[in-house]
Amino acid sequence: MSNMVTIGISDMKVVKEGDSLVTYALGSCVGICLYDPVTKIGGLGHIMLPNYPQNNPKENPHRFADTCIPAMLDEMAKMGALRQRIVAKIAGGAKMFEVSGDSAFGNIGARNVEAVKNSLMSFHIPIKAEDTGLNYGRTVFFYTENGSMVVKSFANGVKTY
Amino acid sequence: MSIVNLEQLNEMHIDVLKEIGNIGAGNAATSLSQMLNTEVDMTVPTVRILDINDAANALGGPENPVIGILAKLYGDIEGIMMFIIEQDFAKTVLSSLLGVNDVNCDRLSDMELSAISEIGNIMISAYTGSISTLSQLAIKTSVPAISVDMVGALLSVPAIEMSSVSDKIIFIQDDFLSNRNDVSANMLLVPSMDSLTRLMQKLGIEL
Repeated sequence: MSNMVTIGISDMKVVKEGDSLVTYALGSCVGICLYDPVTKIGGLGHIMLPNYPQNNPKENPHRFADTCIPAMLDEMAKMGALRQRIVAKIAGGAKMFEVSGDSAFGNIGARNVEAVKNSLMSFHIPIKAEDTGLNYGRTVFFYTENGSMVVKSFANGVKTY
Repeated sequence: MSIVNLEQLNEMHIDVLKEIGNIGAGNAATSLSQMLNTEVDMTVPTVRILDINDAANALGGPENPVIGILAKLYGDIEGIMMFIIEQDFAKTVLSSLLGVNDVNCDRLSDMELSAISEIGNIMISAYTGSISTLSQLAIKTSVPAISVDMVGALLSVPAIEMSSVSDKIIFIQDDFLSNRNDVSANMLLVPSMDSLTRLMQKLGIEL
């Protein structure tokens, strides 16, 4: 029996073979799909910000790129995934609004993508596909059956990675 | 004392915010009504402290396509104002302003975007202007930015920009209704914690 598991904002879940994951309406947030193609264990995280604040130890680790990814890797390992086989697909990190005269506004999307890439690189996890940046929102579906990531947007249709 | 955490807000604080929402929205509704030359009603504002998952659900689900007009607030009050309009509302507005009747919200022309953006600008200015008069605090607004997309993706912007301390943000939400087609729009005010403190102090409210 396969399930479609929904990931909220600042949330992360890992599922076994056959189950699917979805996270809705990523703006400048980034959706990170991790997958072990042998055990077909997959995880999806929806991060909002790049780095965990050092001075606030009570934060939700799934909100930040640099703490969500290690937590997801740990959970996948517990379920039997092998770190060396894990690959990543990422989507999101858009700049939703262009505020004139304030070019820094909304750059958080690009910073999120960068933080995700840095974190993945530090664990030697290859990025197999990415659909990031630009200026539109994305809904991400991730299927553990074959490791495919489907990105749906309002203005740009559906793409499969 | 200052507000550092939204859990500190008590019922009276919420009532004050509601009243601010009421006054701001009242002014914004008047200007909208003048522009459209039609009656515009508004509902009693709701003040909610919630995370964006819930906020998106309250506005028709995260994937609901809407038009968002965003302005940054500067000066004594910092934060973000966002005017969120449903596609039907945009159609009503465009037909009365530009006389166009076959509006396709997926592909709005520059002229249409500009017209909607200007409506947002006028309403946001009317809203912040009345808060400014009430509190004697100077509020400046940025040039509005517009985006047509899923409401969840749009809402994540104020949530990220303003939520450096927690996952929750405060929404002062007003519904506008035009009697002609019964369509609605929402105005969201998302102030920073510092500004909230300043606003309460200026109004003589104990924190």
